[in-house]
Amino acid sequence: MSARMDLPSLRGRPESARGRQYWRSLDELAGTPEFMELLQREFPENASEWHDENSRRHFLKLMGAALALAGVGACTRDPAEPILPYARQPEDFTPGKPLYYATVAPHNGYGIGILVESHLGRPTKIEGNDLHPASLGATDAIVQASILGLYDPDRSQAVRHAGRISSWKAFLDALAPQLEAQRALQGAGLRVLTETVTSPALAAQIRALLQSYPQARWHQYQPVNRDHARAGAVAAFGEDVATHYRFERARVILSLDADFLGCGPASIRHARDFSRTRRVDGPGAAERMSRLYVVESAPTITGASADHRLALAPSGIEQFARALAVRLGVAMDGGASRVPPQAQAWIEPLAQDLEQHRGAGVVVAGDFAPDSVHALAHAINARLGNAGAAVYYTAPVEAEAADQAQSLRELGQDMRAGAVDLLLILGGNPAYQSPDFAEALAQVRHPVHAGLYADETARLCLWHVPLSHYLECWGDLRGPDGSAALQQPLIAPLYETRSALELVAVCAGRPGVPGYDLLREHWRDRLGAEFEAGWRRALHDGVIAASAPAEKAVALRSDPAYPERSQPAGEGRLELVLRPDSSAWDGCWANNGWLQETPRPLTKLTWDNALFLSPASAQHLGLATEDVVELQDGERVLRAPVCVQPGMPAGTALLHLGYGRSAAGRVGDGVGVNAYALAGAAAVGLSRTGRRHALVTTQTHHSMQGRDLVRARDLGRLHEEHEVHHVPEVSLLPAWPYAGYKWGMAVDLNQCIGCNACMLACTAENNVPVVGKDQVARGREMHWIRIDRYYAGGVDQPEVLFQPVMCQHCEEAPCEIVCPVAATSHSPEGLNEMTYNRCIGTRYCSNNCPYKVRRFNFLQYSDSKTPVLQLLHNPDVTVRSRGVMEKCSYCVQRINQARIRAKNEGREIRDGEVVTACQQVCPTQAIVFGDLNDRGSAVAQAQDSPRTYLLLQELGTRPRTTYQARVRNRNPAMPGGEEVHEG
Amino acid sequence: MTETREAAPVVAPGHDYASATAAISDVVLRRKPPRAWFVTFGLGFLGVLVLFYTMGVLVLKGVGIWGVNIPVGWGFDIINFVWWIGIGHAGTLISAILLLLRQEWRTSINRFAEAMTLFAVACAAMFPIFHLGRPWVFYWMLPYPSSTGMWPQFRSPLIWDVFAVSTYFTVSLLFWYVGLVPDLATMRDRVKNKLAKVLYGIGALGWRGAASHWERYETAYLLLAGLSTPLVVSVHSVVSLDFAVAQLPGWHSTMFPPYFVAGAIYSGFAMVLTLLIPLRKLYGMGDFITMRHMDNMAKVMLATGLIVAYGYGLEAFTAWYSPSDFEQTLQRTRMHGPYAPFYWSLILCNVLVPQLLWFRRFRSRLAVLWVISLVVNVGMWLERFVIVVTSLHRDFLPSSWGMYTPTIFDISFLLGTIGLFLACLFLFIRVLPMISIFEVRTLVSPNKERGKGT
Repeated sequence: MSARMDLPSLRGRPESARGRQYWRSLDELAGTPEFMELLQREFPENASEWHDENSRRHFLKLMGAALALAGVGACTRDPAEPILPYARQPEDFTPGKPLYYATVAPHNGYGIGILVESHLGRPTKIEGNDLHPASLGATDAIVQASILGLYDPDRSQAVRHAGRISSWKAFLDALAPQLEAQRALQGAGLRVLTETVTSPALAAQIRALLQSYPQARWHQYQPVNRDHARAGAVAAFGEDVATHYRFERARVILSLDADFLGCGPASIRHARDFSRTRRVDGPGAAERMSRLYVVESAPTITGASADHRLALAPSGIEQFARALAVRLGVAMDGGASRVPPQAQAWIEPLAQDLEQHRGAGVVVAGDFAPDSVHALAHAINARLGNAGAAVYYTAPVEAEAADQAQSLRELGQDMRAGAVDLLLILGGNPAYQSPDFAEALAQVRHPVHAGLYADETARLCLWHVPLSHYLECWGDLRGPDGSAALQQPLIAPLYETRSALELVAVCAGRPGVPGYDLLREHWRDRLGAEFEAGWRRALHDGVIAASAPAEKAVALRSDPAYPERSQPAGEGRLELVLRPDSSAWDGCWANNGWLQETPRPLTKLTWDNALFLSPASAQHLGLATEDVVELQDGERVLRAPVCVQPGMPAGTALLHLGYGRSAAGRVGDGVGVNAYALAGAAAVGLSRTGRRHALVTTQTHHSMQGRDLVRARDLGRLHEEHEVHHVPEVSLLPAWPYAGYKWGMAVDLNQCIGCNACMLACTAENNVPVVGKDQVARGREMHWIRIDRYYAGGVDQPEVLFQPVMCQHCEEAPCEIVCPVAATSHSPEGLNEMTYNRCIGTRYCSNNCPYKVRRFNFLQYSDSKTPVLQLLHNPDVTVRSRGVMEKCSYCVQRINQARIRAKNEGREIRDGEVVTACQQVCPTQAIVFGDLNDRGSAVAQAQDSPRTYLLLQELGTRPRTTYQARVRNRNPAMPGGEEVHEG
Repeated sequence: MTETREAAPVVAPGHDYASATAAISDVVLRRKPPRAWFVTFGLGFLGVLVLFYTMGVLVLKGVGIWGVNIPVGWGFDIINFVWWIGIGHAGTLISAILLLLRQEWRTSINRFAEAMTLFAVACAAMFPIFHLGRPWVFYWMLPYPSSTGMWPQFRSPLIWDVFAVSTYFTVSLLFWYVGLVPDLATMRDRVKNKLAKVLYGIGALGWRGAASHWERYETAYLLLAGLSTPLVVSVHSVVSLDFAVAQLPGWHSTMFPPYFVAGAIYSGFAMVLTLLIPLRKLYGMGDFITMRHMDNMAKVMLATGLIVAYGYGLEAFTAWYSPSDFEQTLQRTRMHGPYAPFYWSLILCNVLVPQLLWFRRFRSRLAVLWVISLVVNVGMWLERFVIVVTSLHRDFLPSSWGMYTPTIFDISFLLGTIGLFLACLFLFIRVLPMISIFEVRTLVSPNKERGKGT
């Protein structure tokens, strides 16, 4: 626009013009010469002339260059990210070869030592650390699945202020004046709430914080705690001690409502130790086999492993323990008359068995049994000389042992009284776990929640700050036995998160100090003279040597108290048993799809919790599975679907914790019912609602139909007969020679406790997708290994039999001959292989598979859209698309890795070098894999056991996987001891 | 009704060459299609649309839209496949075997039955392709020189299926077309519309009715009949091997091939009756499709139905007689398990109801015959359901037992193929003579007496 334009005069122009005149711009309106010129010319100045002398040459030149460059540009589209090549290759780093780092995984506050497989800097798989005493090379299902939590797209990724996304700077800016104000009050309004803390460094940080704020208080709470054990120890010994077990030394074990094989961080070690006493092959082993008695109020896998199992309501268990103690001369007051009749017959033979194995017996009280049962167990162990032998005591492992229920109660009182200004909730989800706490939270002026998820508690807090996943940050944890281990990160935090250690340091006035420095600072004086060497050793080993508390000699009090804690439920009411769930635990794993989809060990239920009732109770109440009932405890009510469960004690209702989440994430929201609504209730009333809720299980038939699928025999008849009647194999064709390796597997059903760890390990190793409740309901779960569970005997006290079933790798595989495109074929080493990209999806192979171990991608199950989940995949295993069949491959990728290693070193693959994922994780070492051509290999030896049999041998499929029959060590003096159920 | 006496004619008396030709060709060339044609074709076309929609969803999402699962890997897909293939069998049997056996009563119904075969096989052939997890690579089942160097796996019965069904379709198509050539010439000569004349002319391949044409035609037709004859037995035998080769209880049975063939003929004749009874009435073809035809077809149904019933009996006997727990459990499951209603409906439909056909009273009542034919069609579908689903849903390991529930897409695919079948059939009736004109002419020929005999 020309500068000479005179706007006032322009304004008059349209009026003065005749007729309708349109103007394109103010320039036209002004009639500037530049505009007039523009009107005349078709193109702007210099656009219509081509000043170049050699215009044709120029044109061709440009065309040529454009063509050449077009070719370059068409090659690939570069990703819109900066790519930084290594200027210097990191040590030990070969793309395609995974590295393993030792670290420690938190499990209910305790550390399980693990090795993490890392591919190009991203962790993909967790293995147990055989140097760590809580792992010994194994993990449980939850630790296996914890890696999915790292990549969970629902994890909290940002600081939130009143629900809105904010920043760390804003949080720190807001926190500073609050801390300043507390400093003046000596921290009188400051409270820190954590879960159980076993981390020495974190505890030291918190103590340092408390020193700067002397009036501040540290509370601890998590729903699955050892309050009862603590109170029981105090009652028995007058002091709090941690009880540890050496099951490997035990000959007779009595569990009083203790799921020591399947529940909690210590169970991995316990399972290993216990399994060692159950090995029957080899000289003298059978004579040393232990005998397990289980008295329990909820069916558990420990009960399933028992030689004698008794289901009693919680009050019955207390009476039982009391009666046993009286019989053994421990307690004076009997009350034996109140022992349920079916338990009466147990007392005498059990007591005799315990007395005959003084020093080699263990009486274990469960974490949920009342303190009196703990105290009685301590007394019995002391009486029988078990204490100090198969049972030993140490100082508590937690940094600050406390009565957690009491601790939370006190905090709640302070909160309601308005005494809490600044509340720092470090992990945990108390608002979900305690409705009272959620209410009281409103009275806190400045609540801060730090956690992995923006969960129910975060929603009620003014600030939420995201914590780093344990694979992302530095820390340390003590295992259940007290051994400390360093937690080293495998990957830089995926989001802007901090560790708990760093967060507490911020509050203690040390913002910006990295967790690494804080951790080293703590351990500097505690790793011996040579700190750097000790540090490196601790990181390498994954455990700090000799860091467990020393064994402690304790003496029974002269006046031990065994107060009566539980009362039978009144007429028309049921005793309520609340237990952590094998998948969701206390709710912290609710958003883990792997765990949700894994069938719960005994019930085979997925994607739900339910109110478990005994068949007798259900019949009495006229209820069937899937009926929704309303549970009442005073004002509190909860609706839950019923599931009738064989092996439940009559008059007892069992609910698992961890469900009914409202802010867990896309996976866990709205799954199941929140059992915390009834927390603390000993008994509940029950009324029907007339509604139904679909429960989805992966196994709908529970009897073996008289088929000898899981075989079991009594110890006394161990050597009477071979399971396999060697029938001469008749074939028109000569046998395939198998010149090289001949892979095979042996699954010892006498070792398997049905804990599901193998299912999760397989899922993680083989990129097995999650399909969701709806698809599981249609029978389309994708697990390559499943654990079949059968019942034998009556429905009230059934015998439970587990059988892991994966592809049997048949020599005469029925699947192979029916595939029209040879997508499943036999390898020269005897593997039954699946070629995914050849599969066209006729599903004929699955129809013809008698073991039904094949899994079909009916829809696109594998999540190919969520970017962060792509990081999780094992790059050695194909991610399957829809329309193809898949199944157990005997972890062929691991065989091939071993093969490459062996070839590079110019040798054969050694026995034990190939370890399948299920074998590696197994806490009881029930699975053995190796080369059957090597007669000295572990698997060949295992298959030589007289207990070896083939599943469905009569079909002539000649599986490579064999099973070893289960052995029961019954006490003939026990009720039902002579009874032999043949499987 | 007296028409069904032994001596009843295969063509009503009073027809000569001209009247027979006119009566049949006028359906296509002169008369307006009856309203029922529009209604039925419309319904069929609606079915085709449903089929296309279902196929679209299927290809986009995967076979998970159906009710199939582990352990029941096959459901409606294979049930429908076997059912349709079976239906097709009547056409070939009528055309080829009855021709070779000189059963002249076949002439009025063979054209129609052959067309039915073609469309049924076309419907059937869709299932093996669309039931695949990845249908776009169905051609991997064909032996072709592939860059991957892979052949199909010839031990698989599914490969035999591919050969059997494709051969069957090809031979049936040729047989049907060759039989059409003289009639296409008749149509060409009689049609008024120019375009139609050209099209019929192309189809007639220059047929002039010369003696040499007839001679070659007779030879070719007889040869094709000879070729088709083994197919009647082979196709369904091969289909039955899909099951018999597997080691699943309920499938693994040496009895399957003859049992399946008999079942196929049974259902094929039932379908011919289901369609012909209304069409005969609709188009006034009672002179050419007489009660004699109805009676004969009813007898064939009765005979094959008895073979099938024997099959059911033998299955139960084998299970009882065998020491195999799996077989016995399966038979018990069929009779008392969750799908027992299907089994007992099958027995009702395929064994009990058809016993009415022993009585001429029922054979001669078209309404009864029609209902029986429908019942048999349903029964044969149920038979395949019992074989496929009940065998799969409870096999060796009780831990893996499951249930199968069809979804809306299972049903829509079945209805869609029924729609396709009807649409094709009614198009055929609209544009081609549904009865072989020249063969009927031989029946009414004053020179020949054999048309009156059996």
